[in-house]
Amino acid sequence: MAKITLDNLAHSYFPNPKSEDDYALKELNHDWQDGAAYALLGASGCGKSTLLNIISGLLRPSQGRILFNDRDVTDAPTAERNIAQVFQFPVVYDTMTVRDNLAFPLRNRGRDEAYVAERVQEISRMIGMDHMLDRKARGLTADAKQKISLGRGMVRKDVNALLFDEPLTVIDPHMKWELRTQLKKLHNDFGHTMIYVTHDQTEALTFADKVVVMYDGRVVQIGTPEELFETPEHTFVGYFIGSPGMNVIPARIDGNKALIADAEITLKRGYAGLEGKVEIGVRPEFARLSQSEGLPVKVRRVEDVGRHKIIRAEFFGHDINIIAGEDDHVSADMNRVTFDAEYVNVYANDWRVAGEAA
Amino acid sequence: MDKTVNQKAWFLVLPVLLLVAFSAVVPLMTVVNYSVQDTFGNNEFFWAGLEWFEEMLASERMWDALGRQLLFSAIILAIEVPLGVFVALNMPKSGFWASFCLVLMSLPLLIPWNVVGTIWQIFGRVDIGLLGYVLDALGIPYNYTQDSLAAWITIIVMDVWHWTSLVALLAYAGLKSIPDAYYQAAKIDQASRWKVFRFIELPKMMGVLMIAILLRFMDSFMIYTEPFVVTGGGPGNSTTLLSIDLVKMALGQFDLGPAAAFSIMYFLVILLICWVFYTVMTNLDKREG
Repeated sequence: MAKITLDNLAHSYFPNPKSEDDYALKELNHDWQDGAAYALLGASGCGKSTLLNIISGLLRPSQGRILFNDRDVTDAPTAERNIAQVFQFPVVYDTMTVRDNLAFPLRNRGRDEAYVAERVQEISRMIGMDHMLDRKARGLTADAKQKISLGRGMVRKDVNALLFDEPLTVIDPHMKWELRTQLKKLHNDFGHTMIYVTHDQTEALTFADKVVVMYDGRVVQIGTPEELFETPEHTFVGYFIGSPGMNVIPARIDGNKALIADAEITLKRGYAGLEGKVEIGVRPEFARLSQSEGLPVKVRRVEDVGRHKIIRAEFFGHDINIIAGEDDHVSADMNRVTFDAEYVNVYANDWRVAGEAA
Repeated sequence: MDKTVNQKAWFLVLPVLLLVAFSAVVPLMTVVNYSVQDTFGNNEFFWAGLEWFEEMLASERMWDALGRQLLFSAIILAIEVPLGVFVALNMPKSGFWASFCLVLMSLPLLIPWNVVGTIWQIFGRVDIGLLGYVLDALGIPYNYTQDSLAAWITIIVMDVWHWTSLVALLAYAGLKSIPDAYYQAAKIDQASRWKVFRFIELPKMMGVLMIAILLRFMDSFMIYTEPFVVTGGGPGNSTTLLSIDLVKMALGQFDLGPAAAFSIMYFLVILLICWVFYTVMTNLDKREG
């Protein structure tokens, strides 16, 4: 187990990167705390897997250092880093039995057979494959194979970190829950540092203590699920997390007032000297439809998704979403919207501005 | 979904049927016809029954040729398959040198068989051939026209030179289709180079390797031109392989009956071996799926 430090790390797949756009992973400083469970969340192609492969040593960063427990491992090969990694698509050794597959990482490290047998028993029970240990891995279903891959990742107790690269993509939905719970349990029991790459927000939010959101090669926010929800630091975090995502509306800010067209919204904090593209962001959960209060809105459509209703509406020429409770009454004459001032964030050039208490 | 029934569609296969009839069925039937008859010229044929088959089965000459043929195929497979795999493993995976290697490797495959034979025939000559002359100058006794061992080595090296690239190219294609994640996982599992080969590369190459083995076996089992050009089957009968022997019998001695019986048995042997290969390969596929 180890603390992993990224020091001025950046990576480009081009030999001579010129501008910042050439970097798949932009400069980054971060400590991954020992024993924490992280999720690395972002859209496809945002640099998540690049970062993961740099940590596991499959890729050498073009700039910066990486340290395990303050020891520089930038040039250390994968084997020396003592890392376990599970990939998006199942990797199994076809000609081996399930048992030999699980035992492979231990045997390669010269562990004695009694210990290997014990670990294999334990792990196979955990992934629910103890009844088919003697079957050949060839010919198993994709999710069985992926369970073997997961098992191979978990079989070593002494790893510095466990890395998962979208490991549950090929798994059936009902099995996903179960495996995620197992991973969570494993984390609680053994306290490995875990980094879990995914583009699925539910997966990230349920698995991790801390979620690292990446966008366009950059880490835009690191925080608990709650922080990501209430105070997204970047508009991307706002609309990537949440279903539907945050409403982002262009506005002019004047002290503690936001002006949209000529309508005025009072903010909790005051802002001064904002430049560039200025927007306010408010989550659908913190918007409320009403008959009398607030600003005019034109309701287009109401979608009942079971647990709540999503109202699609037009607000000064912008599409916004409002969430109403399952039992809330929505009627035709409700054509005004109010925002909970506590949760209205202000963004300048996509980054959140903290503001001062007004 | 309803399928339209239209028997006229059978006419669409008629051209190919005609083609196959003229190129394969009719000649084969002619051979069958010859194999059960005897002739003393003048286009007079007499019914001979299975006499030729019995004679050929008892013929030491045919068994010797078959033995030489099997030995030849076994030796070239034992060399070309491991060597081809070894070459494929060491070829660059991408970039200029990968294309360069691919072109270089395809060159021998593009040379007509009789030209390959001629190249080696001259190459090995002690008086003017580079190889023969150098060996002779080094004091190594080498003369493929007089020494059976030298003749065998020459035709085997020639076949290896000509066809190893085919195995290498097929194995290379198999290797290229292995996703990177396998190698990465192996690194993380701390697998040795040998284990990577044994548990990842070899199993993933198995499919194409079977095809390579099948192709090389069939080709070498039917080989005629190259050894014929180099040694003409000699010295003595030492490099007379099945097809060379067959041609000698049919066109040299004009023994149509025995030669026809010989061909049919030759054909059956190839058919049998193909069937064995086919069964093994489909079973492998099944285990794969």
